[in-house]
Amino acid sequence: MLKYTEDHEWLKQEGDEVVVGITAHASEQLGDVVFVELPEVGREVEKGEEIVVIESVKAASDIVAPIAGVITAVNEELPDNPGAVNDDAMAAWFFRIKPAEGEAIDGFMDEAAYQALIG
Amino acid sequence: MSDLKRTPLYDLHVSLGGKMVPFAGWEMPVQFPMGVMGEHLHTREKAGLFDVSHMGQVILRVPGGTAADAAAVLETVVPANIVGLPEGRQRYGLFTNDQGGILDDLMIANRGDHLFLVVNAACADQDIALLQGLDGLTVEPVTDRALLALQGPEAGRVFSAIIPEAASLKFMDVAILGWDGEELWVSRSGYTGEDGFEISVPAARAREFAETLLKDEAVAPIGLGARDSLRLEAGMPLYGHDMDAGVTPGAAALHWSIPKVRRQGGEREGGFPGADVILPELAEGAAKVRVGLRPEGRAPIREGVAIFDAEDGGAEIGRVCSGGFGPSVGGPVAMAILPSTLSEGDTVWAELRGKRIAVKIAALPFIKPDYKR
Repeated sequence: MLKYTEDHEWLKQEGDEVVVGITAHASEQLGDVVFVELPEVGREVEKGEEIVVIESVKAASDIVAPIAGVITAVNEELPDNPGAVNDDAMAAWFFRIKPAEGEAIDGFMDEAAYQALIG
Repeated sequence: MSDLKRTPLYDLHVSLGGKMVPFAGWEMPVQFPMGVMGEHLHTREKAGLFDVSHMGQVILRVPGGTAADAAAVLETVVPANIVGLPEGRQRYGLFTNDQGGILDDLMIANRGDHLFLVVNAACADQDIALLQGLDGLTVEPVTDRALLALQGPEAGRVFSAIIPEAASLKFMDVAILGWDGEELWVSRSGYTGEDGFEISVPAARAREFAETLLKDEAVAPIGLGARDSLRLEAGMPLYGHDMDAGVTPGAAALHWSIPKVRRQGGEREGGFPGADVILPELAEGAAKVRVGLRPEGRAPIREGVAIFDAEDGGAEIGRVCSGGFGPSVGGPVAMAILPSTLSEGDTVWAELRGKRIAVKIAALPFIKPDYKR
């Protein structure tokens, strides 16, 4: 089941890991993405820590870790093809994170709540 | 946004899906549904239509005199060869201050019995006040005309299909051409590094004229976002970013706009604000000068990013004044004012998010302009 953060990230639980990307709404707001900088695999991150840099033609922005945990994988194709974020935001995942003890995504918004947020 | 001014094309922008933003006191389209990248590439491949009506249009004349009489007065505040500007031609110039800094940049056209100026939106009030303070000059701000720019390799074909006489204009020529009972004030110039035209059109007919151009399938509406990336790739400095009241013409690499005749030993040497700073600097060479930067990798370095002379430690030698992603270059490009001891191909370092990224000094422009000379 998909969950959403107020920072316009989508979160998908897969086994004991969470896959993270940005929403189509966010990618539209950003405009053409031209650069993506991903975290190192194995990095331990705090909730709210800025771990991805996205640059569009217009501006730079960050993706924060939605929960604390360890980065288990990153989408290696993105730095070479940053435009994939605009082409299909749901397919262009950024990283997988293994939640730290006691962390879960249950409390985040569901699809309906997120749609209400972005109006 | 109620205190923002709107151009005669505002409703057209909205109907075309333009995303409107505040810019220099105006409500302007930053992009259209095509997006900044698409609009940029479209302009380089075909033709882009820009609304630049926010810029100041001003007529200068000496009552009973010619353009040359007005030019002689304008030369007291602009270090360019305006007296020697032939009728039907346009030149680039700068307003300077007593410290040798740049107050604004402008285009100056000789139209026989008067000069026609185009100045930056944000500086227009200041420039007009400055001109009104000059003796013997009549200053007429043009407030009833829109200004459009048609830019790109297909601009010549598109515009001359509507107005055949436009085809004979060469780069920096100006002319008054007729269109459907109206006078268009046309120059073959622009701010994108492409061939093209800037067209002053009566406000009441501006939308109709824009729609006439947009009927050609080669023409797309383009917003401020792509205007900025196009001019950056073309190595053109932007007022308030690459030059301002604290930057000299030499440092801005705009020395070419000050010709021999206004320099030391020239026939009309000096006679403009800051000449005592600007002229020695031009003779000796500026200590710092605006250069192009090509960062390694894909990360754009933007305005304000600090430039260092070493990978670790070292000294900060300047800051990026304009930077971003160049869609036609296919990578990041930037400009900074750096010590003139550096030369093309030298490496400096940009501090980006705590890391130093190697950046090569590059020649400007980043793309090859295609002007019709």
